[in-house]
Amino acid sequence: MTATDHKAQEIVLRLDRITKRFGALTANDAISLTLARGEVIALLGENGAGKTTLMNILFGQYTADEGQVEVFGKPLPPGNPRAALAAGLGMVHQHFTLADNLTVLENIQLGTVPLWRAALGQAKARAKLAQLAADFGLGVDPDARVGSLTVGERQRVEILKALYRDARILILDEPTAVLTPQESDALFDTLRRAVAKGLSIIFISHKLHEVMALSSRVVVLRHGKLVGEVETAGTDRHALAAMMVGAEVTPPAVTPITPGPALLTLREVSTPSIGAAPGLNAVNLALRAGQITGLAGVSGNGQAALSDLISGLISPQSGSLEGVGRMRWSSRAAIAAGIARIPEDRHKTGTIADFSLTENAILETYTQAPYSRWGLMNWHAAEEQTRHLIETYDVRCPGPHGPIRQLSGGNMQKLILGRVLDAAPRIILANQPVRGLDIGAISYVHSQLLAARNAGAAVFLISEDLDEIMALSDVVHVISEGQLSPEFQRGEKTAAELGLWMAGQGFDRAA
Amino acid sequence: MRLEPIANPGLGRRLGFPAAALVVTVVIASLLAAIAGADPLLTLGLVLKGAAGSKFALLETLNRATPLIFTGLAIAVAFRAKLWNIGAEAQLYAGAIVTVVLGTSVLSGMGAAALPIVGLGAMVAGAVVLLGPVVLKTRFGVDEVVTTLLFNFIMLLLVSYLLEGPMKDPMGMGWPKSAPLDRALRLPRIAEGLRLHWGFGVALIAAGLVWFVQARTTLGYEMRAVGLNPQAARFAGIPVNGVLVKTALLSGGLAALAGFSEVAGLKGHLSQDLSPGFGYTGIIVAMLALLHPLGVVVTAIFVAGIFVGADSMSRAAGVPTYIADMMLATGLLLMVLAIGLTKFRVVRG
Ligand SMILES: Nc1ncnc2c1ncn2[C@@H]1O[C@H](COP(=O)(O)OP(=O)(O)OP(=O)(O)O)[C@@H](O)[C@H]1O
Ligand SMILES: [Mg+2]
Repeated sequence: MTATDHKAQEIVLRLDRITKRFGALTANDAISLTLARGEVIALLGENGAGKTTLMNILFGQYTADEGQVEVFGKPLPPGNPRAALAAGLGMVHQHFTLADNLTVLENIQLGTVPLWRAALGQAKARAKLAQLAADFGLGVDPDARVGSLTVGERQRVEILKALYRDARILILDEPTAVLTPQESDALFDTLRRAVAKGLSIIFISHKLHEVMALSSRVVVLRHGKLVGEVETAGTDRHALAAMMVGAEVTPPAVTPITPGPALLTLREVSTPSIGAAPGLNAVNLALRAGQITGLAGVSGNGQAALSDLISGLISPQSGSLEGVGRMRWSSRAAIAAGIARIPEDRHKTGTIADFSLTENAILETYTQAPYSRWGLMNWHAAEEQTRHLIETYDVRCPGPHGPIRQLSGGNMQKLILGRVLDAAPRIILANQPVRGLDIGAISYVHSQLLAARNAGAAVFLISEDLDEIMALSDVVHVISEGQLSPEFQRGEKTAAELGLWMAGQGFDRAA
Repeated sequence: MRLEPIANPGLGRRLGFPAAALVVTVVIASLLAAIAGADPLLTLGLVLKGAAGSKFALLETLNRATPLIFTGLAIAVAFRAKLWNIGAEAQLYAGAIVTVVLGTSVLSGMGAAALPIVGLGAMVAGAVVLLGPVVLKTRFGVDEVVTTLLFNFIMLLLVSYLLEGPMKDPMGMGWPKSAPLDRALRLPRIAEGLRLHWGFGVALIAAGLVWFVQARTTLGYEMRAVGLNPQAARFAGIPVNGVLVKTALLSGGLAALAGFSEVAGLKGHLSQDLSPGFGYTGIIVAMLALLHPLGVVVTAIFVAGIFVGADSMSRAAGVPTYIADMMLATGLLLMVLAIGLTKFRVVRG
C-alpha cells in the first residue's frame, strides 16, 4: 500500500494530541495518529517509550490527560473499555488476561453475556467460534481449559475473543515476544487474513524483521513523542533502528578467546517431567570459563528443566552436578556457588512487582553484610547499592524508591542484570535474556554477557532465537524432548543444520 | 460496574470516605434507636459517653482494646505473609490455659518475677497451636483457612472439658471456671488508682516491636517478600516454608498474649466466656488497619470504643443489646467498605 491510497481510504481510528503523564514523567506527549481501513501500523520504540501506555488509553484502561480518540468518526468516551469494545476495538495485551480455570469457549463469552445466559446460547456461540477459527486459521479446542494451553494457543484465544466481539480494529502489544518462530508465522498468517477481510491492525514489536514483513506503515515513538512515520516499503531495518534509538545500533563484536576449565559440569543428569514439559534425559554439559555456551531449541523441550536445575530450583533425579560445592542443591546453593541467574520471566520470577527497586536489588544478597547484620536490615546500604546499579547499568527510573512494577520491561531487565552481574559471578545462566527488549537494550545485554565472558565467566545462554544463539555462542547445543545434542563449535553447523536438530533429527543417531 | 484501582489515592479520598462512613453509621444507628423507641440523639450521646465520656469509660475502652490489639497484630503479621490465620481465637485460649496452669501450680510461689515466664509460656502454647496447620500447609498443601478455623472449635471444646474436669475450681461452687491466679501473678495496674492494667502497655510495646520486625529486620523483609510473590521469593533463595513457620510462631504467640493478658490482667481465671470472639474481631481490626501494626492500635481502640459505648448505651437507654449489636455491625461494615473505596473507584460499564 502506498501513501496515496491510504489517504484515499476510510479512516477508522484517529488519535488527536494524546498526552498522558505519570507524575513528572510524560509517557505520551501530544501524539496524533490515524489508521485506515485494512492498514497495518507497526508501533516501534525503545522500552519505556510509551507504546503500551498509548494503547491502554485507546482501550480505555488509562484516561488521557489531554487529547481524544475517534473511532469510525465518533469520539470514544475516555476510560471505558466496554465502550472501546462496543466501538469495535479489540486488544491483545502484552500479558494475557484469560481465566485459567475456564474453558476456551467460556473465556470467549466472558463479559459478552451473563454466564447463566452463556450456557443457553452455547450452540450458537460454538458455531460462530468454529466459523471464525476456519476463516482466520485459529484452530483451538473450544472445550479445553485455558490453563492447559500453550502460550501460542492462549494468544489465539485472545485474538478469537476480540474477533468474537466483532472487533474491526485489532491492537496487539508485543504479540510475538513469547511465541516460537513457528507460532509467529501462524500468527502473521492470521493477521494477513484479517487485513484481507478489511480489519485494521496496530501492532507493537521490537523485532524489525516482523515489522518489515507485516506492516504497511511504521510509527516510531521516543520518550513519549512521535518522532517518525514512514511507509514500510520505503525504508529498511537499519533506518528504522536509527529512528528508534536516534543512532545506528551495531551488534557487539565477538572475538575468539581460548576457553578455560569447565566450571560447571552436568553428568548424565535426568530430571522428572513437569506437567506437559519434558524433564532432562541423561544430559551431559560442560560450561567452561571464558566461553558462551548457547542452547538452541524450540521452547518446551526441556529448557525449563535445565534452567531450573542450574538455578537451584530442582535437583537431579539421577546423575550429578559438579563444580558447585557440597551444599544441598537449592537456590541459595546456586547463588553461593557464584551462579548469576537471569530468569525467563522477569515479572513473575525475577522481581517482586510491589517491592521497590531497592528491595528488589538485594533479593539475593539480603542475608549478607552490609545489607543485613544480626538479622537487622541496613536499608541505607541497600539503597546505596541500588543507586550504584541504576548508575552503572543505566536503569531509567524515577529513583530507588518507587515500585519496580512501574518500570518498562527493558529497565526491569537491566536492574536484574545489575543485581546478578555486579558480584562478578563465575557462571551466568541467561534464560531468554532479551525477550521483549528493544534493539538498544538487546545490544546492551549482549555486550554485558560478552564482557563477562571475556573476564572469564562461563555463560550459558538459552534462547529460542537461533540468530541470537549463533551470533553470540562459542559453542552450541540443541535441546529436543529433554535430550541434549553434542557440542558444536561456532560455525560448525549452519542454521539449517541446527534447525534439523531442533526438529529432533540427529538425536536418533546420538542416542 | 467494576472496581478500578487508584494508584495514589489523595488525602481527601483517604479521609473523606471513612468520615462519610461514620456519618452514615450515625444516621443508621439513630434510625435503629428510633425503631427501638429511644431518643436517637440521646442514644448517640450515650454511646459516645459510654466509650470516652469519662475517665472510667475511656479506661474501660482501653482495657477492651488490649486483647484486640494482640489478636489484630497476630492477624496483621500472618496476613502480610499471606498466611491466612483465622484461628486467633484458638491461640488466645491456648495462651489462657497455659497462663492458668503455670499461674496456679508450679510458678504460683515465685511472685511477680514469674510473670514474664508465664507470658512466654503462653506465647509458646499459641505458637504451637498455629504450627500444626502451617506444617500441614507447607508439607501437604492443606488449606490453612480450614484447619485454623476448625482449631477454634476444638479449642473451645477442650476448654469446656478442662473446666468441667481437671481444671475445675474446687471452690467455684460448681461454676465452670478455673481456680484463680495467685494474687502476685496478676498484671499490675499501669498507675495507682487507674483501672487499666499493664496488658495494655505490653500491647503497645508489641505493636512497636512488630512494626520494627516488619520494617527493619531480615525476617520482616522475608515475610513481605513471601506474601507478595512466593515464586520470586523462592527463586531468590528465600526459604519460603521456613519463613511461613516463623511467621506462624510470631502470629500464634501474639494471639496467645491476648489470652494471657485477659487472664492475668482482667479476669484472674479461665472461663468459657473469656473471649467474646476477640480472635474474629481481630480480623476486622487488622483489615481496617490495612495490616499496619501501628494502625492496629488505632483501629483496636476504635472498635473497642464502639463495643463499650454500645454496651453502656443499651444499659442506660434500655435499648435491647441486639440493637446495639446491629449498630456495631453496621458501623464496622461501612468502615470496611469505606477503606475499600479509598483504594478503588467504582466505574460504570
Ligand atoms: N502506572 C504507571 N505509573 C507510573 N509510571 C508508569 C506507569 N505505567 C507506565 N509508566 C512509565 O511510563 C513509561 C512508558 O511505559 P510503557 O509501558 O508505555 O512503555 P513501552 O513503550 O510499552 O515499553 P516496553 O517496550 O518495555 O513494553 C515508562 O517510563 C514507565 O516506567
Ligand atoms: Mg509495553
